[in-house]
Amino acid sequence: MKYIEEFRSKDLAKQIAARIRQTVQPEREYHFMEFCGGHTHAIFRYGVQDLMPDNVHYVHGPGCPVCVLPTSRIDLMIRLVREENVILCTYADLMRVPASERLSLMKVKAEGGDIRMVYSTQDALDIARQNPEREVVFFAIGFETTTPPTAVAIRQAQAEQLKNFTVFCNHVLTPSAISGLLDSTPEPGENPPVLDGFLGPSHVSSVIGSRPYEFVPAQYGKPVVIAGFEPLDVMQSTLMLIRQINEGRCEVENEYTRLVTRDGNRKAQQLVANVLEPRDKFEWRGLGWIDNSALKIRSAYQEYDAEKRFACLQDADNLIAKDNKACECPSVLRGSKKPQDCKLFGNGCSPENPMGSCMVSSEGACAAHWSYGRFRTAYASSSDQPSTVTTEFTSADKATA
Amino acid sequence: MNSVQKRFSSSLNIRTGHIDMSHGSGGRASAQLIEEIFLKHLDNDLLRQGNDNASFSVEKGRMVMSTDSHVISPLFFPGGDIGSLAVHGTVNDLAMSGARPLYLSAGFILEEGFPLADLDRIVASMGAAAREAGIAVITGDTKVVEKGKGDGVFINTAGVGVIEGDLRISGDQARPGDKILISGTIGDHGVAIMASRENLGFETTIESDSAALHTLIAAMTKAVPDIHCLRDPTRGGLATTLNELAQQSGVGMKIYEEAIPVRPAVKAACELLGLDPLYVANEGKLVCICPAESAEQLLSVMRSHGYGKDAAIIGEVTEDALHFVQMETTFGGQRVVDWLAGEQLPRIC
Amino acid sequence: MCLAIPAEVISIEDSGENAVVSLGDVRKTISLALVSDVQPGDFVLVHVGYALERLDPEEAQKTLDAFAELGQISEISQ
Repeated sequence: MKYIEEFRSKDLAKQIAARIRQTVQPEREYHFMEFCGGHTHAIFRYGVQDLMPDNVHYVHGPGCPVCVLPTSRIDLMIRLVREENVILCTYADLMRVPASERLSLMKVKAEGGDIRMVYSTQDALDIARQNPEREVVFFAIGFETTTPPTAVAIRQAQAEQLKNFTVFCNHVLTPSAISGLLDSTPEPGENPPVLDGFLGPSHVSSVIGSRPYEFVPAQYGKPVVIAGFEPLDVMQSTLMLIRQINEGRCEVENEYTRLVTRDGNRKAQQLVANVLEPRDKFEWRGLGWIDNSALKIRSAYQEYDAEKRFACLQDADNLIAKDNKACECPSVLRGSKKPQDCKLFGNGCSPENPMGSCMVSSEGACAAHWSYGRFRTAYASSSDQPSTVTTEFTSADKATA
Repeated sequence: MNSVQKRFSSSLNIRTGHIDMSHGSGGRASAQLIEEIFLKHLDNDLLRQGNDNASFSVEKGRMVMSTDSHVISPLFFPGGDIGSLAVHGTVNDLAMSGARPLYLSAGFILEEGFPLADLDRIVASMGAAAREAGIAVITGDTKVVEKGKGDGVFINTAGVGVIEGDLRISGDQARPGDKILISGTIGDHGVAIMASRENLGFETTIESDSAALHTLIAAMTKAVPDIHCLRDPTRGGLATTLNELAQQSGVGMKIYEEAIPVRPAVKAACELLGLDPLYVANEGKLVCICPAESAEQLLSVMRSHGYGKDAAIIGEVTEDALHFVQMETTFGGQRVVDWLAGEQLPRIC
Repeated sequence: MCLAIPAEVISIEDSGENAVVSLGDVRKTISLALVSDVQPGDFVLVHVGYALERLDPEEAQKTLDAFAELGQISEISQ
């Protein structure tokens, strides 16, 4: 797999790791927020933390669309399926996210709700074409990466005069999330996260470019390195951040130049701007209401806007979700707490039975820690160190498949 | 065929006909379905006796019994179908004890309207799989449910086998220091199934690995009688099977990602869908845990068998009170390999 | 977020609307609605069935060189 496997090379990882160890100043602590769930996933999936010196810390950020979607938006879709008998099309990622009253889309599907998992907005359009007598609603979520395909589908629906297709638009904006995060006030008794810099979004930036982050060093004094999602990209970007800090620089750098330019994908941006416009405000799980942080469908396309078509969605912004009070997802999303600091972590909340959104997506900080990193804290709190009985695992044992 | 034509006024219209409620009535239509589809493909002396049971002499040794129900969409997929899968699944469940599989039963739940041509194809495939495995289907049952109350066809198979000699293969026998082997590439079945589901919209040449593994196991137990554990990593994949064994034996495990054989196309499909091959189903693979000193010998026995040619030693059993399965990644880092949570769904994020 | 993967364009279909891409041995038809002037042989970033951006092979090589510290690259966003 060209352009994938080269960026996962163990040998290069060792080289970058050695360079990081040479570069870090031992008296400093480096705290970097990896903004995206894609980075979080790569760090855990490949064990990147093991290759880092002890004074380089990753703080997991809010860049996981499933994690930041407020529960109320899922509650609304459940209401729509139950009351209006629509066909709801959703990316599979949302199926298991906890809604109020211990529900989820998966459970509502099991009780007979017509919820279809789709892999692309094109699949949702197909379902609308095949079911002209039914209302078909696409549950649109995601950051700027996932937004252009929604815009394309709305335009297509209009071109075809597809009358039974609407979109429930929950697309959110990354730069607003960063400012929302940096502006957020900690809860009483909670420390603000220590952040020395950001690993900036990769695929979001393919669409929007690196320019939209330039306010972060300018206004908040935090360096940003746009970082790809492969583990070597994460490591190299970490090195670039360390160098900025050591050298007293504070700027936006781009490690992911193979897919990100300063201006991004103009065609995709124009399509989005044509169909969608900023909302005055939008609620983020963990970050609260942030001005101009999400998109809605322009009035020229209002026929395709589920919020306009269905009366039960019109009070969308006032619905209060019943989240579990003990769930620390909000603090985890702000970078103020670690997953294992939550009382529910592994204690009622696990990927089989997620109580908060961060335990659902494999990009969520809690699920990633549970699935890939839990052994570290587990051993730290017990004396049950594993002992590998056999010694060296020779390369002769390894298959070459 | 002459005798068939005498018993029924006209033969079944296999080409364009459908299952109707009368095929489950127990009357003449049921008898004709049995005669012209089931007996045609599964014929053997015990089945042909036409009783509601089959009697056979018990062989010397310990008897093993297992049952498995098969529901799969789509019914036909590259590398197999629900018929061959129903044979392989139960044969493998028997064989994982070290048993020699002897006989199968087959129960069919058919949905009204199901094409006879599809049923004929499925039962033919079952017959071929059973013959290849050297095992006979000796008793069966057919029920028909109304349209909308089934999903085409469900098949339950149960099987009996016999363990000869003194094998003690069980999921609780893994001991620290043991080696862990896999018989070949992982994830082939799951990816073949996903690729044949239209809505995911990708194509691959990957075929299901569905196969009966008892001859491979016979060769393995002959060479190394003190194999500790055998299990087929079906649903939940290799990751879930290793966790089951670690839990059952009260041990930990350490595996090496680099050593686990995965076909490039399976890797690629998993990249596209956001899945991990460790959790993708297999239907013709086994995990074996054996004493370290026997591992190399076992590996060469496995590699010289058609169903084990890509076998590999993938790690070892550790002492770990927390029963974690840990993996050294291709990248040189460490991670936990957990049980499968929920079900494997394609991701966009 | 945003599971996306680079894949090679094998052919352009439906008068430029779609493309067949290949990753490993896997082929998939994706939409080209978000990109322009894509040619067979190009690598594109695939996300939820769409090509999101074209991959720049020279920059990819520069990044790999930077991992190995083969020569200097400009790491600063232009």
